[in-house]
This record gives sequence, C-alpha cells and structure tokens, in this order.
Amino acid sequence: MALLLLLRPVLLLSLLLSAPILHSEAASGSVVQEEDFSEELLLRPLPDRKVLAHFHFRSRAPHISSSGRHHHLFPKAISQLVKKFHVKEMELSFTQGRWNYDRWGGFDPVASNNAKPPGVELWAVFDVPHDQVDDSWKNLTHALSGLFCASINFLESSTTYSAPEWGYRPVAGSLRYGTLPREAVCTENLTPWLKLLPCRDKAGLSALMDRPSIYKGFYHSQRLWLASSEIESEGVVSGIFLQQTLTVVVEPNSQRTAMTYSHETKLQPSWSLTSIFGRKVIGRCVLAKSSTVYVQLDRGLVAQLDYLQKENEISSPDESVFELSVEPDNVLKELNGFEKKSPSFLYEFSIENYTESRPFDLGLTWKRPVVWSCQKAPLHASRFLMGSGNERGAIAISLRSTEVSDWLLGTDTSEGSCKLEVKVFQVVPWYIKVYYHTLQVFVDEQLQAVSDVVEKMRVSPSVDKLSPGLMEMVLKFPCGMKSAAITLDFDKGFLHIDEYPPDANQGFDIPSAIISFPNFHTSMQFFKDESVDKSSILSRFQENSTVLAYTEVLLVPLTTPDFSMPYNVITITCTVCALYFGALLNVLRRRVGEEERLAKGKDANKPGRLLQLRSRLFAKLRGKQYEPPQPSTTSSSFISRKLILFTLVAGIGVYWQVYVE
Amino acid sequence: MAESGSETAAGAKPKRKPIVWLGIFLISHSFFFSVVFSAAGVVALLLLPVLAKNTYISENALMPGSAASMLSNQEVAEASRLVSDLTSSNLKPLGSAIGSQRILAQHMSNLGAEVSFHKFHSQRNQFHPLHFFSSPDSGRVEQNVSCSMHGVNTVGIIRAPRGDGKEAIVLVTPFNSAKVNPNEAFSLGIAYSVFSLLNRVPWLAKDVIWLVADSQFGEYAAVSAWLRDYHTPVFSGLGTLDAEMCPESNNLYGMNENLSTERAIYDGFKRAGTMAAALVIKVADQSEQFEDGLSIYAEASNGQMPNLDLINVVNYLAVHRQGLRVKVEKFWSLLGVKWLNTLGEIFESLGHFARSLNPDWKFGIPANDYVEGSATLASSLYNQALGVPTGPHGAFRDYQVDAITLEISPKISLLDNIARRNDLLLRSGRLIEGVIRSVNNLLEKFHQSFFLYLLTSPGKFVSVGVYMIAFALLVAPLPLVATSLYVDASNSDSSVKKEKPSPSAIITRESWKWLYAAKKAFIVHLWGSVVSLLPYFICQMPSCTPTTSFIIWVLLSVLSLVLMYMVLASPSSHTNESQPQRVEWPILKSVTLSAAFIGLCLMSVINFATAEIGGLLMLPMCLMAHPLKPDVKARSKRTLSRAVCNLVLGFIGFPPVAFIVLKGAFEGLGSTNVGDYWSWVESLWAWNSATYLYIGMVHLPCWALCIHILFHRS
Repeated sequence: MALLLLLRPVLLLSLLLSAPILHSEAASGSVVQEEDFSEELLLRPLPDRKVLAHFHFRSRAPHISSSGRHHHLFPKAISQLVKKFHVKEMELSFTQGRWNYDRWGGFDPVASNNAKPPGVELWAVFDVPHDQVDDSWKNLTHALSGLFCASINFLESSTTYSAPEWGYRPVAGSLRYGTLPREAVCTENLTPWLKLLPCRDKAGLSALMDRPSIYKGFYHSQRLWLASSEIESEGVVSGIFLQQTLTVVVEPNSQRTAMTYSHETKLQPSWSLTSIFGRKVIGRCVLAKSSTVYVQLDRGLVAQLDYLQKENEISSPDESVFELSVEPDNVLKELNGFEKKSPSFLYEFSIENYTESRPFDLGLTWKRPVVWSCQKAPLHASRFLMGSGNERGAIAISLRSTEVSDWLLGTDTSEGSCKLEVKVFQVVPWYIKVYYHTLQVFVDEQLQAVSDVVEKMRVSPSVDKLSPGLMEMVLKFPCGMKSAAITLDFDKGFLHIDEYPPDANQGFDIPSAIISFPNFHTSMQFFKDESVDKSSILSRFQENSTVLAYTEVLLVPLTTPDFSMPYNVITITCTVCALYFGALLNVLRRRVGEEERLAKGKDANKPGRLLQLRSRLFAKLRGKQYEPPQPSTTSSSFISRKLILFTLVAGIGVYWQVYVE
Repeated sequence: MAESGSETAAGAKPKRKPIVWLGIFLISHSFFFSVVFSAAGVVALLLLPVLAKNTYISENALMPGSAASMLSNQEVAEASRLVSDLTSSNLKPLGSAIGSQRILAQHMSNLGAEVSFHKFHSQRNQFHPLHFFSSPDSGRVEQNVSCSMHGVNTVGIIRAPRGDGKEAIVLVTPFNSAKVNPNEAFSLGIAYSVFSLLNRVPWLAKDVIWLVADSQFGEYAAVSAWLRDYHTPVFSGLGTLDAEMCPESNNLYGMNENLSTERAIYDGFKRAGTMAAALVIKVADQSEQFEDGLSIYAEASNGQMPNLDLINVVNYLAVHRQGLRVKVEKFWSLLGVKWLNTLGEIFESLGHFARSLNPDWKFGIPANDYVEGSATLASSLYNQALGVPTGPHGAFRDYQVDAITLEISPKISLLDNIARRNDLLLRSGRLIEGVIRSVNNLLEKFHQSFFLYLLTSPGKFVSVGVYMIAFALLVAPLPLVATSLYVDASNSDSSVKKEKPSPSAIITRESWKWLYAAKKAFIVHLWGSVVSLLPYFICQMPSCTPTTSFIIWVLLSVLSLVLMYMVLASPSSHTNESQPQRVEWPILKSVTLSAAFIGLCLMSVINFATAEIGGLLMLPMCLMAHPLKPDVKARSKRTLSRAVCNLVLGFIGFPPVAFIVLKGAFEGLGSTNVGDYWSWVESLWAWNSATYLYIGMVHLPCWALCIHILFHRS
C-alpha cells in the first residue's frame, strides 16, 4: 500500500509530462514511441432483449530495451513476463457461460475474437528455439497462475496442452494451446486483471465494473491478449501491445411485465448504464489517451430500421424507434462491405468532459418494438456425444447451414466449383481414445468418401498419460449444402486411481473444438479515418479476423472405481496371501507318513468321557446304534473341542455386546 | 446310505480339514439341511419388511429443501392459463393436435426457451431374439410407416445462463395432442410453471429440457424415440423421417411464420449435455384418498432401479415440504390376507419380546406396517421380476440416466375447483422445483446411494446385502442335494460292482455315467432355447389370436421336443447298448438340480427379483422330484403323499399354469384364459425382459426334466 501511495504521485507527474505529447502525436499503427493507454466501451443491444457490453483497454509500450526497466503506464508484470519467457503473442481468457452464436451473432469482430469457450483458454507463441518452447510454456503457465489466481498451472502437464501446426493459428512449432474447461471464474481472477490497468477500477470506464452486475450476466469473458515484437531488422520499432477486454452479456433489469401470449412482439427493454451496472461513469481515467463509449447498432438492426422506415414513412428511424439519452459526439457508418446488407452504425461518446458532478449515464429507450436477428456464421456448429455406456462412444460435430451462407455465397453458387471451406481443430484428452480412421463425413445426409471432402488433415494421436490427441482438418463442402456431420468413434480409457480428480463421478471434459471458416473474415471498415486511428477498438474491428465458433464442451462419463476400493483390495490381498503362504507352509512342513504314525499311536489313548457322551448323542441323532469310538472321532473330537471353544468365545462376545455395553 | 460312505471315507483318513468335514457333514444330512435352508430362505424373505431400513439422503450435495421455494402464484396463474388454453383448444374439433402443440411451442418460446419439434415414427414392438442384452441403439429398424404412425414431440430447452452446458435435467410430460385429457393438460401446467420459473432463476447450473412426449402411440415409445435420436442419431438419409410427406407435420412448420421471427422454432434436433436425471410428471385421476397423493414409479427394464437418492429427494420434499402423501405401488389384494396379518402380529410380539430383553434392540414393526410393507415389497419384487418398465422413465435407464415417474393424484376433481387446482399446481410445481434444484446442486452424477434395493415403503428400503441372504438360503439346498444324490448314486454303484469283478472299461464308463444325464439335460435345455425362439416365427403369422398363437406354440414345442429326442438322444442309445438305456434317476435329478442352481445364480446377477420368485416356484418342484411308479407301488402313506405332492408341484411348475394360477390368485380366475399367457409373454419379449429368457431357458427345461423324473421307468 505504501508503495502504491508513493507511486501514485510519480505516475501522475509522468502523466502530466507525457499527456501533451500523447495528444499531439497520433500513434500510428504498430510503431510505438511512447507508452499509451486507451479505454473504450462498446454497448450493443442484442436481439433477445439483452445487451452486450464490451470493455476494451489497450496499453502499448515501446520495447523494453528502449525504455529501460521501468514503465509509466504499462504493467510491469506483463513486460517481465514477455521478457522472461520470450512471449511473442499470447492470449488468455477466463469465461463463464456460453456465447449464443444464434442469438448474439457469430459474424462480427466481437464474436470471433471474444466468444471463448467456458473456463480458461490459453495459447502462446514463443520466440525461442523449438526445443525450448515446452519449457517456456510450462514456466509461463506457472507465472500466469500466480498472476491471475487461477489453476492455469494445470496446463503445465503435457496431457493438457497441444502444439497445433496450422489448425488454430498458422504458427507452426512455437505455438502451444491449452484449455481448462472446468475452471471457475470469479472476482479473484478479475481483480488481478484490473490491477494491470493504470487506473484499476477506480476511475474511468472500468469503474463501471460492479462485480454483482457483471457476474450476474449470461456471458462473462475476460480476456488478455498481448503481442510483442523485437526490433526488426528493417528498423521498424515495435513494442508490447496489451489488450484487455471484458465482454459481458447482461439482461437489463426491466420490470417483469405480465406476459402476453399474443403474436405481437414485445418492446425491447430500455436500458441505461445505471440499470445495467448500477453505476455511472464519473469521468475518464486521466491516464488514458482516449476514453470513449460506443453504441453499436448491428447490421441486422439497421436493416430492420430501414425496413420500418420504408414501411411507415417515418422521417428519421433513429428518433422514433429508440432514443439515446445523450447526444452522440459522432456517428460512424460502416463502409459497405456487402452490397445486400445494411451497414452497421456506431454512436461515439467521448467521456472526457464528464465529471463527478456531471456523470455520464447513457441510456437507450426503445419506443417501438423491433425484431431483428444477428448475423450468423456461415454454418452453425454443434458438437455432441453419441452412444451410451462406459465402453465406447462417438463424437459428432454437426454443421448446419444458416440463412447467412445463402447470401454470402449467393454469387458463387451458380458456379459448380464453389466450395465452403471449414477448418476443424479439436483436442481430445488421452483417456478418450479416438480412432481417427473411423472418421465419417456426411453431407446432406449422404455418407461421403473422406478424401472427397477432407482437403487437408493432420492428426497427432494421443499417447497414454503423455499427450492429448489433436486433430486439425480442413474440409471443403459444396456451397449449397444444408447440413453436414462429422463423426469419430472412440473408446473410453481407464485411468489409474491416482489420476482421477476429486469429483471423478461427474465425468471428464472434452474441451471445445474450434470450427473456423478461413474464407470468411470479419472486418468492419468505418468512415472517418481519424477516429479510427485513435481508437483501438475500431482498429481491432478493421483487422481481418477469421470467423470462428467454439463448440460445446462435452462431458464424458468414464468408469470410476469404487474409491473405497483400496481398503477392499488390501483386505482381499492379505487374505489371499495368508491362504497361499499357509498352504505352502503346510505342504513344506508336513510329513504325511509320520503324522499317520503319530495318529495311530494316539489311538491307543482312550477318549475322554465327555467325548464319549457326545458321540453317543450324535449317534442317536443319526438314528444309529452307538458304536464305540472309532479312530475317526479323534479328528472330530479335535474339531469339536475347537467348536466348543469357539462357541464359548462367541457367547461371551455376544453377552458382552448385549448386556455390558 | 450316504453316511456309510462318508463314514468309511472318514475312517480311511484320520484327520480331515474342518471345511471338508463341514462339507461332508452337510451333504450327508442333505435332507435335513435342505429343509432347514429353504425354510430359512422363506422366513428370511418374509422378514424383509421387518429388516427394512429407513432411507436417508446419502449424497450431501443434494441438500433437498434447504432453499426456499421460488415458485410463486404468478407462475401458477400463467400455468393455469395454459391449462385452460389447452383444454379449450380441445373443444375445437379440427386440427386440435397441431393446435395444442402450437400453443405449447409458443408458450415455450415466449419464455425464451429454445423450442424444437422432434418427429418420430412409433416403432412396433418386435421380437428380436438377439437383442436382449444389446445396447438400445441396435434395436433400430428402418421401416416404412404411414403418416398415421407419426408423432411429434415438442422439446423446449432452457440454457443455464452461467452454466457450461455439459449436463442437463429432463422433464417429461406425456401428452396426447390428438385427444387432450384434462389430467395431461394439468401435468403440462405443472411442468410449465416450473419451466417458466427456471427460465429466470439465477442458480441454474444445468440445462433443463422439457420434453412434451406425444403419447398417441404410448408414452414409452415417444420418450424412447426421442432418447434414441438424442443419443444415437442417424446421419445418413435412410434413418431420417420422411415427415415432409405427411401433411400434419407441414402444417406444424407453417406456424413458424406466424410466430415472431425472433425465436424461430428450429426444425432440427436440439441437444443439451449429458443427462443428469429425468422426471416424468403425470397426473392421475381423482383418487379416493383424503389427501393429495404422489405415486412414485421407479422400476425400469430388467429390474433396474434409479439411484435411491432420487427417490429419497422426492419423498423428502413431498412429505416434509409439500405435504403430499407419497405412495409406491403395492399389491392391494395382499392387504387383507389373514396369514400375513397373523405373521405381522407374530413379528410384532417377537419385537416386543426382544425389546423387553434389551431396550436397544430395534426389532419388529407394528403388524399393520408389516402387512403394508410386504404388499409393497411383493409389488416391488414383482415389477422388478417382470422386467417391464413401469412408465416412460424406463427408457432413460437404458442410457444410464436416473429417472422416475411422479404421478400426482389430486384429492378432488381438477375440473371443478380452480382454486384447488391452483393450490395443487403450486405444491406440485414446488416439489418439482425442489427436486430440480437438488439435482442441479449435484456436482457428480448420482452414485452415492444404492442402485440395488427393494422398497417396502416410500421411506424404507431393503438393500442388496440383506435380500441376497434370503436368496442364498433358498438356493443353498440345490447343490447340497445334487451332491448328495450324486455321491449316493456312485456309492450304490460301487457297492453293486464290488460283488462282481468288473473290467476297467466299465469302471471308466461308470465314472463318466453322469455324462449321459448331463447330455439329456443339455438336450432339454437346448430344446428350451428353441422354444424361446419359436414365438419369433409364430408372430410372423398374420391374424392370430393369442389363444391360437399359444396353441401353435405348444404344439410346435412338443414337436420340436420329439424331433430333438429322435435326432439327438436316440443314436446315443444305440451306441451303448451294453449300458442299460435308463439313466438312473438320482443322477438325472442331481444334474437337473445343478442346472437349476446355475441358472438361478446366473439370473440373480441379471435380475435378482426374477431369480428370487423363480427360485420359490422351482425349488420345491426340483427338490421333491421322485419317480411316481415306485411311490405308487409302495402304497405307504408317505410315498403316496409324496407322489401327490410331486404331481401337484409338477402341474403348477408348468409356466403357463403357474402364470394362470398366480394371476387367478391376485385378480380372480374369472377372466383368465390361456391366450393371456401368450400376451404376457409377448409383452415380456417386447420389453426385452430377461425374464423371458429365464422362463424359456431355465424354468421350462428344469420343469421338463422334473416331469421326466416323475415318469421315470425305474
């Protein structure tokens, strides 16, 4: 704390010094001269009455060598991480909930960059020789684990991470990818993430992050992406880029109106920052170069608004259908990439002028019911398990064409050669023994020869207790395809008793597969270049990122041993051992001839009176004449003595049990 | 006899190991011990209701009832509106089937759930001889079915907002859309009230699937069709349904345009993750009870039961939270039985006596409880032994999903009193909510509590460790008597042989003598399996009444027996003419007993209850079997009574007779005929019950062998 207090004046001082410079100078592209930081928030109404809030923070720093060991804004922990492990690029995401590709869209930059699988996903590219990549990865996982209070260190084990070559990102050799689908995400992960921001959550947009509200949402994904580049040979000065995003999908708490079951559509709930987060923005983070709030109307909504305008001859659609409580500083319109689709709109609000006395509380009030749908990825992907029982099963990935692909491919379908390329990347733990030769591809319910559809495939089979199975595959489907399915059979393996997690009976997870569409890119070009340059979120939107979708995490029930088994095993082993050694000793020790001789010698001795009585009794029971004791009685007398002793002991035991206790 | 043999053997060896001694002792007194053991087995079975333990919730994560119920009157009002919508839509004669499904789908999608329709063809139950123990997916048959056999399930899925979607809880409400029944509509109302609540609760961690099963062709068929498509979909075109050809289904999709496009109803198959548990909700007709009741049905195919914890949770919540009277099925006819009452009183007084000795001894229950417990136990045993699921929940067990059927029986008619109806809606909705919340709490799947148990009341159970004792005691005489008979037979032979010096060739043949008997037994068992396969061919014959089918079956069986005897048994008689053709009956009996023992033990692993009941039926018949001729010749009271006993037991032991007698005992003899047996057997194989195999391959051959012994020519 003391350190922090000491640091703060320094920081402020440095800010004061550097602020004018930052403003005067437009940071251009990838060249970073000075450290800078920008904060942005993107809000977007979603078709299913929810709101997407996407916080975007970017820090940049020139490379360590140029600034020495200290940073003004850039988190030192991250730069140390980069320096120590030679991280070239890295992405870490903590996610809770599932991104709904159907309702929230799958064809926009937010969906393709920020929709992540549940749990933790980490991938990193290292700038080290190939044989040291694994070591760097292991060290990195431990460092991140400490930094983010998460069990990322479990990714250290070679059974949990894989080295994709081209299926995930086209970086061969130095890329490692691992996921922890079961990792629970909570504030303990958010707090260290916020610590990396220069203003933490004390000022600026991050002050909006009211913990209950952001964790109450339907989707919560906190992501950290960093890239670093050394000084290139061409002399391009580069640095470290750190991008921290928090994507939440929340439902504005509107009064629960009495449900109407008419065909009429309901009015979308109106929302404001206070109703979503319970807080207002009371000024920007002073260290930020820019702090901006955007409200985005996606293409589908704009198209619907246009349609409404045409239908009802409304002069201005924005005024009548919804109302923004604050006048936007700027309205950005997307450059029309696709002719048939309407452009997306961005309302820009700069929050630099808002203060505590005049807080920024953006609200959106709907006036008319609107129904629209988000732009979906060309194919809807879902993955599920087939079969039942503890022996075997199959993984099936089903792809179903969405209406989107029709217009996307509409121009090409006339040509017969039109192909839809799909890349599948799937990591399967070793205890799911996938038989890759059983790969079957169905297109429109017809079984296809694998060679006809699969363009390229790389499989690295799993090694028991050593590495997971990895499948990278490029498939080419005909464009007019309605549905496709890929199935792979597997056997369920057996684990050693130590290898079961504490909750073994829940089943085991198969991490999400990634379905990407290399032919489709999400990029949004906006007019007004100046603001795009300034804004990191817009420059991010401009990047050509591949459309991709994560499938569901699967839960495979495996056979679990009875965990009280060790006790049983010990007991039975001891019994078997005792029996075995007893018998062995008997065999070794006994001399049958001698025993017989001894027994004969004993026969001379008369049995006792009690035994005589007993044998007489027995004879009576059997309904036979009493015969004088025969040699056989010696054996039975021996046993009966034991029996009497046993019953005596048992009787005492029972008495003790019943009466004394 | 045996004693002399063992005695001499004992004489030869001075020292014998105690275990060997014990074995010889038991065998030499086999008659006494077999009587004691089987009597003890029956007594232990009768004692089971006394020995039943109280159920307890074993899995701590379940925490039933620890959270306050969130279901409010608002949801109930909405559900009530849905019920009235559905019942009023029934009044419209035209297109009501589609109408009610549309209403349901619309309600679901208004809640924000993902709705999809699942089309299926009801598969006629067919006899697949080799599908008894195979996984359910292999039972799929491609067949051309007309549109009339075409059903549509409506499926709504709520995705848990913060869940990872790996697991799902299933709610099933059977609903016949063609003819809306107020009870079914009410069960939909219950499910809807819970569904609408779950849509907005923050605690949901598992997805919730609500399956409105189209029960036009039976509840089970719809549920199992859905489960089959859920777990083993067929991707190739052959397996998909040509539903587009049917006009009704097109009609169904016409509604998509009516509905808002925001949540288009998806025509594909929607899935959620691995199923954690399933609840089937049904509503019975007005019951004559004084309270609102809840019946739990749990038996799935082949006596499989869901985890006891699921029943415990339902029972706990229903009794302690919602004040419903929980029942499990029982044989009502047993309640008035005199001897059972007397037995109960005896056990009660024994319990009093035990308590007077030591107050810590908790033995004995009131006679009333005893009678109720044994009626429930008998029903539990019977339902497990039958191997036929008692409701749609049985389909889930085939996929290792724990499922039960909850049947709510209202005190008064639901149609009359809206306030009463809403009250019951609220209570049963809260019950379902509580159960779902408990299952939702589960981190691991159900594994903590028992899977092998018999219920004696909703809150009492007998675990496998206890009821196995009764069975073990019951079957213990079989190997005992078999050994003693074998020992006797071989001794008598050796004593005969001692008189005339025999060549070694005969000795070797003598020592293998049991092989002839074994061959005979084997042939009879082979015949048994042929008989069990015959219905497959008989049911291919068109237009057969059950009675004619049954008669054909019997005739074919006899024919096959004769054929088999001629083909397999006669050549052997030619080969060893030196050996008298007769196989001594004791050896044959001993082989029969061993076969019965092996069969019963195998069956007890597959389906315990079948083995228990089968053992009760078969044991006296097998143990008593004795040739009639010498008995009749002897004309002493003892032998004559034995002969009569044998005849009666042999008559009752014949499976159809046993069936008719048992049916008559429980339902009255008035309506029974031999065709019933055929229908019963048909239902057994249609449900892939292992009991059918047991009857065909264990019981029938053993009965035939016993009859053979009875009429033995020695």
